[in-house]
Amino acid sequence: MARVLLIEDDPAVQKGVSLALGRRGHDVEVAARGETGLLALERYRPDLVLLDLMLPQMSGLEVCRRIRESKQVPIIILSARGDEIDMVVGLEAGADDYITKPAGGAIIEARMKAVLRRVAPAQDAQEAIPPAGAEHYGDLTVDRTTLVVTKHGAELALAPSELKLLLFLTAAPGQVYSRQQLLEQVWEYVFYGDVRLVDACVMRLRAKIENHPRRPVYVQTVRGFGYRFGPVE
Amino acid sequence: MNTRLSFPRGLRVRLVAAFLLAAAFGALLTAGLTFQQARSAILERTQDSAVADLRTQLDSLAPDLTMPPSNNDLRDLTLQLDRAGGARAWRSSASYQGGDPVPASPDAPPVPRGLRETVRDTGEAAYERTERDGRPWLSVGMPVAYTHDPTRPTSAGKLSGLTVYASFPLDDDQADIAALVTAARTGAIPSLVLAVIPALFAARSVLRPVRRLRSGAERVAAGRFDTRLDAEGHDELADLTRSFNTMAATLQKDDAELRRMEAGARRFAADVAHELRTPLAAMVAVTEVLDEDAASGALPADTADAVRLISEETRKIARMVEDLMEVSRFDAKAAALDAEDLDLRAIVSKTLRLRGWADDERVRTDLPTPVPVHADPRRVDVVLANLIGNALRHGSPPVTVSARVEYGKAVVTVTDQGPGIPGDVLPHVFERFYKADAARTRSEGSGLGLAIAQENVLLHGGTLTAGNTSGRGAVFILTLPLAASPQEQR
Repeated sequence: MARVLLIEDDPAVQKGVSLALGRRGHDVEVAARGETGLLALERYRPDLVLLDLMLPQMSGLEVCRRIRESKQVPIIILSARGDEIDMVVGLEAGADDYITKPAGGAIIEARMKAVLRRVAPAQDAQEAIPPAGAEHYGDLTVDRTTLVVTKHGAELALAPSELKLLLFLTAAPGQVYSRQQLLEQVWEYVFYGDVRLVDACVMRLRAKIENHPRRPVYVQTVRGFGYRFGPVE
Repeated sequence: MNTRLSFPRGLRVRLVAAFLLAAAFGALLTAGLTFQQARSAILERTQDSAVADLRTQLDSLAPDLTMPPSNNDLRDLTLQLDRAGGARAWRSSASYQGGDPVPASPDAPPVPRGLRETVRDTGEAAYERTERDGRPWLSVGMPVAYTHDPTRPTSAGKLSGLTVYASFPLDDDQADIAALVTAARTGAIPSLVLAVIPALFAARSVLRPVRRLRSGAERVAAGRFDTRLDAEGHDELADLTRSFNTMAATLQKDDAELRRMEAGARRFAADVAHELRTPLAAMVAVTEVLDEDAASGALPADTADAVRLISEETRKIARMVEDLMEVSRFDAKAAALDAEDLDLRAIVSKTLRLRGWADDERVRTDLPTPVPVHADPRRVDVVLANLIGNALRHGSPPVTVSARVEYGKAVVTVTDQGPGIPGDVLPHVFERFYKADAARTRSEGSGLGLAIAQENVLLHGGTLTAGNTSGRGAVFILTLPLAASPQEQR
C-alpha cells in the first residue's frame, strides 16, 4: 500500500485513477491544480506523486521543478502522448518515470512499484552479501547500506531514479549497458520503453555528480551503444 | 548549350538562315535591277552614237554616189565607210533595192536577215544584237534618203532604195557590263557576311526569353511554384512570359491550398485522437475494475456481459487512438529514431518473449548467425509484433521468422502457411484503414498496423515489402541497415 498524491485537473481521470488505485489498496489524495498539489505535498506527505503535465495556471513542469527543489519523493508523469516535448522537459525537470495516457490500473501500479523500490532488481540478489562499507570513486562515495552518495563529503540530494541508476552502474564499473537494458534493470520496463527516460536521468545525474557535466568522467557515454560507469582513475 | 548549337534544326540556326536568305534575296534583287538598267543604258548609248556616226559618214559619202549604183559602186561606198569607221572598226555593207548586201571585204559578217526585213518594212534605221564567235556584235541598218536638192524638189526625203549596214563588236561594252557584275558580286558577298551579325543578334534577342521560359518551366516542373520571370517589352514573348507567371501563380496558390487542406485534415485526425485521450484515460483506468467485478459473479449475468463488452471495446478504442497518434507523429515528421547497434536476433527473441510467443509452437525462428543492425529496438519490436501477429491472425501456422545478412543489409522474413494475399489486395496492404472487403467483419487491429510498421521501417532507411511465397502463404520481407562497424554484440 502506498500513499499517492494525484495532481490532475480532469475530474474523470481523477475519479478513474483514484478508483483503480483504491481497488488495489492504495490511498489516493487528489489535487486539481499545481498550487494545491504543492500544499497537499506538505500536509499529506505522500510516498509518490502522479503528475499530469497539462494543468491550468502552474504547469506540471513547474510543479515538478518545485517539488525537486526540496524533496526526493518519486514523481511519475502521467503523459498525454501528444506532448512529447513536455514529457522530455518534465523528465529533465526531475521526474523519475512517465506513464502514457490512457493506462490501466495494473500498468500504473507496476510503474509505481518499480519507482518505489529502493534498489534495482538486479541488486536484490546482492543484498544477501553484506556490503563492504562505502565505495570510493574519485571524489564520489557511494554507500550501498545507507543509500547515501557524497561528493567531497557533502551528501547529494539524488532523486530515486538517479540514485538507482548510479547504484546499478557502480555495481559493475566499466560494464557497458544499453539504454534498453537500463530501462529493464533500473526502471523495470517489461516492454520496450522510451530511451529518452534514461538520457534525461543521466543528464540530471551528471549535473549533480560531475565536475564538468559536458565532459563526464563518472557516467560516460559509449556512442551508439549506451552508458557505463567510469573507469575513474 | 553547345550541343544545342550543333543541332542543325535549332531555333538559332533557323533564324540565322532565314535572315541570311532574306538578305541574299534583297541583295540579288537590287544587283539584278541595277545591272539590267546599267546594261541597257550602256548599250543604248553605243547604239545611238553608232547610228549618228554612220549617218554622218553617209551624209558625206552618199551624195557622190551615182544612181542607181552598181555592185562596184556599192563596194566602193562600203570601203570608204569602213575606212572612215575609225575607232569603231565597223564592217559595213550596202544593198540596193533589196539586193544582197555587198560587203567591203569578204570576211565581213553577214547581215542578219531579221535586220534587213525590219529596215525594208519600216524604212527607218534599225539595229540588232547578235552573237558571233562568242562575242556580242551590234548590226545597224540604215536606209538612205535623198537630201534636199533644189534641182529635184520632188525627190526630197524620198528613200533612194540604198540601204547601208554596219556591224561592229561590242567588246568594250561587254567589259563594262562584266565590271558591273563583278561589282555587284563583290558588294553582295561582304554584305551577306555582315548580315550574319544582325542575324545572330536578332536570334539572341528571340532566344533569350525562350531559354528563360524553358528554365522557368523546368523549375516549376520541379515543384518550385514561386518561380517568376521578368517580362520586358510588349512583344509576343513578353506576353507569353506574363502568361507563364500567371500560370505559376495559380499553381502556387492551388498547391498552397492543397497543402493547407491536407495539413488541416491531418491535424484534425491528431486533434480528434488527442481529445479522445482524456476521457479514454479515465475509462481505461477503470476497465480492470469492471473486469474484476464481471468475473466475480456478483453482477447479474447480462450486466456482467455488458460490463465485459464495454471493458473490451474501451481497450480497443484506446489502442486505435494510440495508433492514430503514432501515425500523426509520422505525418508531422515528429517521430524520433533512437538507434543503437545490436544483434537483430536479440530483438526477435525479446519480441517473441514479450508477446508470449516464445514457447508458442505456431511461431518458429530461423536465426543461424548474428545480424548486427543499427536500429531502434522499440520500433523494430513494433514492426515484428505486427507482422507476426498478422501472420497468426490471417495466415496459418507455423509462422517462420528468419533473420540473416544479405547484400549488405539485414533481412528479416516473416512467412506463414495461409492462403496468401490476393493479387488485388497486395498493392494496398500498407494503406491506412485498407479493408480488402468492405463488408468484412472488423479485425483485431486498428487498420493502421501495417501502415505504422512501414513508417517505422522507412524511418530506419529500410524497406518493408509484402508478397506470396512460391508455395503458399504470405511473406513479409523487412530490410534494415547493418551496424556501421562490427563490434561485440550481446
